[in-house]
Amino acid sequence: MDFEETAAETSFREEARNWLTANVPSEAEMAGMSGIERAQYWQKRKSDAGWACIRWAKEFGGRDANAIENVILGQEEAKLDLPETGYYFAIGQGMAAPTLMSWADKAAQERFLPRLASGEDVWCQLFSEPAGGSDLAALRTKAERDGDDWVINGQKIWTSGAHYSDFGILVVRTDPTVAKHAGLTYFYVDMKSPGIETKPIRQISGDARFNEVYFTDVRIPDSQRMGNVGQGWQVALTTLMNERASIGSGGGGVKFDVLKKLAESVNIGDRPAIEDSAVRAKLASWYVEEAGLKYTSFRTLSAISKGANPGPENSIGKLVGARKTQDMASFAIDLLEQQGIVRDAAFDEQFGALFQDTYMAIPGLRIAGGTDEIMANIIAERVLGLPQEPRSDKGIPFNEVPTGN
Amino acid sequence: MNFEFSDEQNLLRDQARGFLDDNCSPAVVRGVLDGQEAWASGLWKKIVEMGWTATVIPEEFGGLGLTHLELVVIAEELGRCAAPVPFSSSVYLATEAILAAGSQAQKEHWLPKLAAGEVIGCLGYAEAAGQTTAKSLQAKVTGGKLTGHKTVVADAQIAQLMVVAAASDSGDGASLYLVQLDDPGVVIDEVITLDPTRPHAGVTFNGANAELLGGEGHGWTQLEALLDRAAVLLAWEQLGGSEACLEMAKNYAMGRYAFGRAIASYQAIKHKLADMYVKNTLARSNAYFGAWALSTDAAELPLAAATARVGSTQAYYFSSKENIQTHGGMGYTWEFDCQFYYRRSKLLAVNIGSETLWQEKLLRAAERANAA
Repeated sequence: MDFEETAAETSFREEARNWLTANVPSEAEMAGMSGIERAQYWQKRKSDAGWACIRWAKEFGGRDANAIENVILGQEEAKLDLPETGYYFAIGQGMAAPTLMSWADKAAQERFLPRLASGEDVWCQLFSEPAGGSDLAALRTKAERDGDDWVINGQKIWTSGAHYSDFGILVVRTDPTVAKHAGLTYFYVDMKSPGIETKPIRQISGDARFNEVYFTDVRIPDSQRMGNVGQGWQVALTTLMNERASIGSGGGGVKFDVLKKLAESVNIGDRPAIEDSAVRAKLASWYVEEAGLKYTSFRTLSAISKGANPGPENSIGKLVGARKTQDMASFAIDLLEQQGIVRDAAFDEQFGALFQDTYMAIPGLRIAGGTDEIMANIIAERVLGLPQEPRSDKGIPFNEVPTGN
Repeated sequence: MNFEFSDEQNLLRDQARGFLDDNCSPAVVRGVLDGQEAWASGLWKKIVEMGWTATVIPEEFGGLGLTHLELVVIAEELGRCAAPVPFSSSVYLATEAILAAGSQAQKEHWLPKLAAGEVIGCLGYAEAAGQTTAKSLQAKVTGGKLTGHKTVVADAQIAQLMVVAAASDSGDGASLYLVQLDDPGVVIDEVITLDPTRPHAGVTFNGANAELLGGEGHGWTQLEALLDRAAVLLAWEQLGGSEACLEMAKNYAMGRYAFGRAIASYQAIKHKLADMYVKNTLARSNAYFGAWALSTDAAELPLAAATARVGSTQAYYFSSKENIQTHGGMGYTWEFDCQFYYRRSKLLAVNIGSETLWQEKLLRAAERANAA
């Protein structure tokens, strides 16, 4: 056990830091660019210099770097004010790419992976449906074979970035006469295909990061299938495991250090809140959770660098992180007292609207990629080995399963 | 960076678990709980033979010269079986105190005896309900003679040697002393505690001989540093107990049927056990960092120790109470073993200071780290 860096790791950190600081795009050179344009501009520069998706093989646009080096790069990036890329590329690079690596043929890998690494192609995930949320495999969008093509009809929902994505990963029902999980098949689809229509969904935060995506007689060549017909659930699990690993703790800025700074700058009675023992006890408990998550991710890294796949234990990061961040943002607003409700970045020089924006964003994170309750089920069933609840749809042909509203 | 135990350390864990499975079954713990013996002296002899009491003592003082990474592996296993032995008192506290502050002569005299289990050590500093501080200490040494009273000292009635914190007129307001418990000036009165599987006593000093340990007037600083080290070791012991609770709850829930199916298949139970797993996993990760900081004497030790301590205390409390809950009525019976962990979790939660005290230590350490 050694939490210190090796000489090689330190030298890698210096190399990464030097390249990053020398190549941070200036505001002037990005003037007039939209968020996604900035992301693609920066990602392309990283990719050209070999700093994009560094864990991937060189032939796919990566650097053949190890898991620890990837974390070091992330730590150095976090110290700089860089264009936001994760928001646009996390699904493509973090979920579609590992699925392509495991399930697509060599030609598809060579075609798509380098363009994913460079940010030239943006991908979205077309899994959830109005009738298939926590029970994802209950999805109904159907695909029917027609010659060398499949014809897709149905509706997907909660699709981040569908409106600007080039491709999507898609799970559909190819056989409604067999049991739920057995009738699914996995494809990738060109989002510019005729018959695809996207409609934004407005969230309680005021943003519209998700979409409904409608499929009307959309044709997908059979060559874009990943895995066998009927193997879609197994392929989807590859994607979902990586989703849970990549969503991580989420919640960004509301961390122990920020909350401590707030507690130093506001009063309880006539003294700084940081001197209040109840505040200190809360801060300490959050520090323990934050550190626990950090060192848990370090231990996962050790396992991954020895060849293990990200397992169901990765569900912890999102489960603990999202709840913790919600509580911390809520407590920060309390510390601000009456002014806590103000959600105007210009109103508070030090913190902007960080706590209020987080408070409104976090309910979504507790649901996205598997609700807290589904995460707890995954831990209970897949890590601890507890039995599933009896399922009323087990072994019944999908088209005979009772449906509600 | 490498965040795993070595193959040798993992082997030691397997050996320790196998040894304790054979020698520290629930029947051994129950024997002490039921008062058939005051403590598991037979188990202690075997632990000494295994060399565990000698783990971190240097070879020149009769020890094995291993690191604290080996010691935390043993601590976790002792916690897992709620071993009714004075290991924490003698090894994490008395031995560590002498290793850190002892003179060459004190080390030469005491460490070989502690390593060989000929002497059991303990630590006394608390004097009243609520937190004891350097300022509040009443016990006092004058002319080498100690007078005063320590209210609840773990293992005092089976130990031969006690490290005592007493008031000092100089420095930080305290000094540490070594007191031999067979001194005629020492009176030991057993106290009844929440956890009868570990003996505790009130100790009164009526002019007992006391030998200074470390610097006069540096006692409180030394004590804080000692408790930081012990906090990591106890965090591992607490973690072991918490893991045992999860294992017990899981096994019971898998075998217990209600409404025609295993209660482990109900989400109310599954989510409870998932919560235990999450708390244990986070506690383990913090305990890893604490173990590393302890084994390398890293500058981060005070923060790492407090983090590990708070995390393990919270996890063990949660797991031990929810283990009883998962067992339902049977978990509340004397016949079932759930009580071992419910008792022990509370003992270990306060024995070197409560969660509240360690949360405050954590925040102070974080503030110092920021200021540095």
